[in-house]
Parts: sequence; C-alpha cells; structure tokens
Amino acid sequence: MFKEIIRSKWFGFSLGLVFLLLILPFFFPRFYVYILALIYVTSLLAMSLNMVVGHGGLFQFHHGVFYGVAAYTIALMLKKTSLPLWTGFIAGPILAAIIGLVIGWFCVRLSRLYFGMLQISLGSLIWVIAFRWYSFTGGDDGIPGIPMPPILSSLKNSYYFILIIFVICLIFMYMILKSPFGSTLQAIRDNPQRCEAIGINVRRYQLIAIVMATFFAGIAGVLFVVLERSVFTELLFWTLSLEIFIMILLGGWFTFAGPILGAAMIVALRTFVGIFTEYWTLILGVVLILLILFLPEGVMGYFQEKFKLRIREAGKGDN
Amino acid sequence: MLRVESVVKSFDAFKAVNEANLAIEKGEIVAVIGPNGAGKTTLFNLITGLLRPDGGKITFKGEDISKLTPYEICRKGIARSFQIVNIFPRLTVFRNVQVAVLAQKRRSHQLFQPAKNMVVKETDNLLESVGLLDKTHSTAGSLSHGDQKILEIAIALGSEPELLILDEPTAGMSPEETSTTMELINRLAQRWGLTILFCEHDMDIVFSIAKSIMVMYQGRTLIQGKPEEVRKNEIVQEAYLGVE
Repeated sequence: MFKEIIRSKWFGFSLGLVFLLLILPFFFPRFYVYILALIYVTSLLAMSLNMVVGHGGLFQFHHGVFYGVAAYTIALMLKKTSLPLWTGFIAGPILAAIIGLVIGWFCVRLSRLYFGMLQISLGSLIWVIAFRWYSFTGGDDGIPGIPMPPILSSLKNSYYFILIIFVICLIFMYMILKSPFGSTLQAIRDNPQRCEAIGINVRRYQLIAIVMATFFAGIAGVLFVVLERSVFTELLFWTLSLEIFIMILLGGWFTFAGPILGAAMIVALRTFVGIFTEYWTLILGVVLILLILFLPEGVMGYFQEKFKLRIREAGKGDN
Repeated sequence: MLRVESVVKSFDAFKAVNEANLAIEKGEIVAVIGPNGAGKTTLFNLITGLLRPDGGKITFKGEDISKLTPYEICRKGIARSFQIVNIFPRLTVFRNVQVAVLAQKRRSHQLFQPAKNMVVKETDNLLESVGLLDKTHSTAGSLSHGDQKILEIAIALGSEPELLILDEPTAGMSPEETSTTMELINRLAQRWGLTILFCEHDMDIVFSIAKSIMVMYQGRTLIQGKPEEVRKNEIVQEAYLGVE
C-alpha cells in the first residue's frame, strides 16, 4: 500500500507541501502559525466527515458531536483525573467512535434524509447533556485552562504535533479510500440496492465507515484541545456540523483532498473577514449561493474535472 | 434447483403475485412471459429477497430462501440484473465489475491494501467475455444505454452465480442490440453452464432460446412447460399470445 502512495501522481507535490509546512513556523508570526494549525485540525474534521458523506453517501448531519465528545473527553480526563496524560489522548477518539457506533447503529436503519434527521436529534441530546450538566461539564462556561504535557507547551511544538498527526491520519484515510473497503463504500454511495444484490451487507459497511469517520473526528477533537486548551459547548452544537458540511461541499465532496481546501477557505474567511465584521456568515452565504450555481462539485471537483478533460482531449490528439 | 410454490405478494389490496409457481432445473434456460403488470418483476424481487412473500415457499437447492436478505441470497448463488439500469454510475466500468468480484471473493472488507491490483484478471476476463473490455476506464454513467445493460449483466456475473436472473435484459435496446445481447446470454450460459431465468417481451427470442417457459397473467401462473406446449395452450393464446 505504501508503494501505491509513493507512486501516486500527487506524492511529490504533497511531500514538498509538507516540507514547506514544516519550516513555516520559523518564518511566520505566531498568529499565522496558530491559524495554520487550526486549519489542520478543521481539515481533519472535514476529511473525516467526507469519508461518510462524499465517499459513503450518508447524510451525516451531526458530525461535530463526535469531535466535541472527544474534546470533552480529553479535557475532563486531563482536568479531573490523575490518570497518565496520554490516556486522555487515546480515550478521546475511542469514546467518539463508541458514540459513533451507538448513534450509527440506529441511523443506518433509516435512509437518506431520515438518517440525517435522526442523527441531528441524537447528537443534540449529547449537546444538551454537556450544556445542562453544569457541575461536570461546566455548562456554557466550558472548561478553560486544560493542562498539557510540557512537551506540547509551546505553540511551535503543538503545531508540529498537530501537523504530524494530521499527515498520519491523511495517509490512513487515503489507504482506506483506495482499499477494497473504500471501493465498496463508494459503490454503496452510488447504489446501495445494487450492492445488496451483489452480496454486500450494506448496513454493516455503512456502520463500519461511520465508526472510522467518528474515530478520525475524535482525533481532530483531541488536536483541537491541544491547540486551544479549552472546550466549550459550541463544539457539540449543530451549527458547527453544518459548517463542516459546507466545507466539504465547498472543497469538493467527491475528491480526496477537497475538504482540506474547503476547511482552509472557511477558516480563512472566518478569521480575516471576521476582523472587519461579525456578519462574516453573510459572505459565507453569498459564497454558498455561487458554489451551488457554478461549482456544484466544489472547487477541487471542478479542477479535477477540468484536468481529466484536458487529459482526455490530449489523448484524442494522439490517435 | 429453484422452486417457487404458490407464492403470494400483495401491496395493500392489490395482489401483485397470486399463486405463482416456478420450477427450474440445473442448466436450464427458463423464461417468464406475460403482459405488463403480470407480476414478473415482482416475482424476481421475491426470489432475490428485495421483497418478502406474504405466503408460499421459495427454495433454492432444497433450502428455504424466502426469509433471507438480498445479500444472503446472492451469497447462496443467485445473482440478478435489473430491468431499469442499476449500476454504479460514478465508478469506472472496471470498478463496477470489480466491486462484485471482490464481494464474491469475500475481500471487500480489506482495509489497507490497494484495490487497484486485486482480482484484475478475473474482472478483465468478465469484461472481455461480454465485450466491454475496450471501455474499461470509462465512467459507467457515460456509457450508452445498451452498454449499460450489458454492464448490468457483467456485474451480475461478477458474483459467479449458479442461477442468473435477468429482468428484461434487452429493455430499451434496438433490434440489433437485442439480438447480440441474446446471443451473448446464450453463449455465456453454454460456456459457464449457467442456469438462467429471464423475462422478455420479444416472443421470437423467448421461443428460440428458452427450454422452458412460464406464463404469468394477473399475478398467477397459467402454465409452465416446453415452448411447444406453451404455444399450443389455449388459455395462453387467449390471454397473451393472441390467436392468429
């Protein structure tokens, strides 16, 4: 499988990009390093969502919950228990995947929009628990000042930690997408009924995909805490889920790296337009309308299509 | 091999299939004919588990399959194509068939190996035998209707079935496409010793290919027998074939 990655046409480009990102903190001011790290975390979250939406065809409308659950898990464990620090890092994604399994187990019994509606309801229950259980989760105050191991104390170190985990996760996601499981998942996205007819237990595959996606979302949640050192109930609220859904639509949901682009665009928009006006979502709305009208397959999807067309035309010229 | 005995299926008050009977022996080519709305597709859906019968019995190689899910039935050795094109439109032709072969080989769950190099030979063989090998890299959704129907059959063959069910394999095809498709089906049956159950509106084709014909009318089985018997049967002539 690793050979496959090395042979991929984007390998050289990706390697160069990662190298560039590794040296950036030496030249960039703190604020930009922070924004970049935030983009990685958000990208990982969007990529994990796209595993089930773009490649699995499931209406995962409340993906943010799993991110939030992992963030709260590590926050509470580091703050309220004296367990070794690393256990929090492991427990976050695992708990997210378990919640994913439970919610997914109910949701895969329904199709399309009903799947999405049930997920919003079940996810919102978790938000309500975090919001109301003041003595445990801090309610809408959240949990500030989460202690981090000394090695992650500086922003630069956190940046590297986040970047490395992000890249490792991307490699795993890429392998999964290109594996027989990934192929089968895409076939299920295209036509679940036909998949049943060729001997595939569709619900089981969908459930496995959800568990994997929620695990990766959990990793993103842990990385968020590494970067921010605090958690708040907005992490579990459905508007965040909507935002990451927009990211993958914007970036291109049938592409592998599209969600990274979408996440970067939204984070940049929020940060830089947010400086001038608190109504930055207004700009987002306009961007969305343009997207639906002109780039229904997202930015990355658009360029991929162009690229393919050029190759095809070039091929025709040869004949 | 396959026995369908007094199977009943109703949608609300409408009895789509009412007392249908069908017997298929190994290696046979069996056709189901009947006017539109006679319940042919519903019967196929009942056999392949897309629908559950309200009454009656369906056995395959002596085993009751009427309560199994579609994927379990496929694993027992029954594969089907659909009347309305039912493929994976965003995947390439190759991957359409490969997915079925991977499922048949129980390799769909593998996570960390590239699918690209798996079951390539098997998939290419299948595509070659149906004549789609030159379109292997095209996106399935961009194929012509006729090619999509052929791809339908190739996907079904990917499951290496013992019994292949074809629901109007030539629906919407031109007369030339129809005859090449039927030749193809005939050839496949001989080459792999497949047992085939199909339904079709073109009576010339049905009577030339099928070894046994079952006639459905308003959800009921009128008769199942050899082509000559069916042709001579008076009720069938009245109900369907029309007296000349």
